[in-house]
Amino acid sequence: MSTIAATAPAAGVADRTPRRGLVSLTYLQVELRRLVRNRRTVIFSLVMPPVFFLLFGTAKEYRTESVGHANVTAWIMVSMALYGAMLATTSGGASVSLERSQGWTRQLRLTPLRPASYVLTKVVAAMVLGLASVVVTAAVGLAKGASGDAGRIALAVGLAWVCSAVFAAFGLFMGYLLPSENVMQVLGPVLALLAFAGGLFVPLGDGLFATIAKFVPTYGVAQLARWPLTGTGGGSDIDPGNLALAVLNVAVWAVVFTVGAAWRFRKDTARV
Amino acid sequence: MTFTDTYRQPLPAASGAPAIDLRGLHKSFGQVHAVDDLSLTVRPGEVVAFLGPNGAGKTTTIDMLLGLAQPDAGEVHVLGMDPARAIAEGRVSAVMQTGGLLRDLTVGETVELTASFFRSARSTTEVLARAGIADLADRRVEKCSGGQQQRLRFALALLPDPDLIVLDEPTTGMDVEGRRDFWTALRADASRGRTILFATHYLEEADAYADRIVLVSHGRIVADGSAAQVKSLTAGRVVSATLPGLTSAQSDALRALPGVLDVELRRDRVLVRTSDSDGVARHLLTHTSATDVEITARGLEDAFLALTGDAQPATAATTDTTTGSLA
Repeated sequence: MSTIAATAPAAGVADRTPRRGLVSLTYLQVELRRLVRNRRTVIFSLVMPPVFFLLFGTAKEYRTESVGHANVTAWIMVSMALYGAMLATTSGGASVSLERSQGWTRQLRLTPLRPASYVLTKVVAAMVLGLASVVVTAAVGLAKGASGDAGRIALAVGLAWVCSAVFAAFGLFMGYLLPSENVMQVLGPVLALLAFAGGLFVPLGDGLFATIAKFVPTYGVAQLARWPLTGTGGGSDIDPGNLALAVLNVAVWAVVFTVGAAWRFRKDTARV
Repeated sequence: MTFTDTYRQPLPAASGAPAIDLRGLHKSFGQVHAVDDLSLTVRPGEVVAFLGPNGAGKTTTIDMLLGLAQPDAGEVHVLGMDPARAIAEGRVSAVMQTGGLLRDLTVGETVELTASFFRSARSTTEVLARAGIADLADRRVEKCSGGQQQRLRFALALLPDPDLIVLDEPTTGMDVEGRRDFWTALRADASRGRTILFATHYLEEADAYADRIVLVSHGRIVADGSAAQVKSLTAGRVVSATLPGLTSAQSDALRALPGVLDVELRRDRVLVRTSDSDGVARHLLTHTSATDVEITARGLEDAFLALTGDAQPATAATTDTTTGSLA
């Protein structure tokens, strides 16, 4: 026991260089399994959005009324798909909060997994759940009367998913910022409020609320995702000026949330 | 049985290096000097207990050892390298006191997930078996007892087949049986020649499972020696009595009594450390004018007090003379 040779465990692990690659497929699989196991997550991101759509989007007059390139039903379908994707990506990002409080992120620092890989895996898993949410809502929507220019509807649904990435960053930021054990109990109502304030659920018209809405994080993503349906003119309540504003809104909030998340993330992984 | 496997080639930089090499570590949190000029060298293959009361600086030291915290001053080398590199290479792993597990995963999933972080790792079946929880692979972590969760943490620590395992108070909150099972698993593994450092505030644990005990108090090492040496510090009882004007003849007479280990004078009180407290008390009461005779068991706290020289090191400027080596 006293010689150096005897101190090495008898059988060694061959390769000690840390793994390369930023996203671990095993970890991603485990993350997705965890998301599906979580009943609350499944209800919020996969059940609630299509149910909301069925409740609010399938009235007879909505199926016949056009927003430009599709009917109102399709417009509401895209709105709900975006809402579902937002909930999915926010809760996916915010789950770092619970994992920090459970000491999991600290445990990870005792493994070769890089903190950036951890965050990236969480974001990818959140985006996969967001995609599932969008697909489910779109499938229900198309089966229940959403119609119009197929290419534009597909583009709108795709944009809804892409835009939800902003909320993955939002969830991550909040997950690192808030000490709460269940951040989503706070963020769920916050997202609902933001959805109303940003004109995701009901059109804003004009007035004070419409002005305020332009600064709300949900405004840009909502306008942008529904833009293929409403188009740039003719019977649409969106003009090209608003589209530029929507893109600016998305860009600004994406930067704010990403920088915020990166800042808290660095603080969290810094050695003290 | 595993001698057919290939031996690991140690890195040139790491060969012959101590498993743990801490030099002059300092760490403060605000006004609290958690670790105060701590130096420790652990040779490969040693099983070392890091023994001290709560708040002695054990966890802070372990955090610095694992690279989870940065020392204010001093150097940390693990297997001759930076802790971060040792962890990235899977040469050191740790079992933390609590937390660190995802409650919604099963035991098996937790092990497989953690294994995926390493380029090559031991098989799930093997580490679960070595940690003594092979039958729990399908159980959710949240359904496991504290002891089972701790053995899961131990299984995770075994995955990279590390040269060094660090355990921070691994049996906190376990019942007697869980504690025994945990140590049985750890001891079986240690016989394979791995270096182990564990923090504990139980003298019995340190005594039963370590080859070497390092006593820490107030962020300093106050004693460092074999289990027997450290235990002897806490053996016996202390008989104390007020005895003004103790002559050297009286003192020699006390020393000559059977079982007396040590006689100390603090102002008017004489303190006699002995394995025969009755004999000393009888002597004091019948042969001297001693009053207020007290007999106390000599516990670990008392040993700490004796070793730290009664007064707590008030400032970092205190010299090293308080460090008593038992070796």
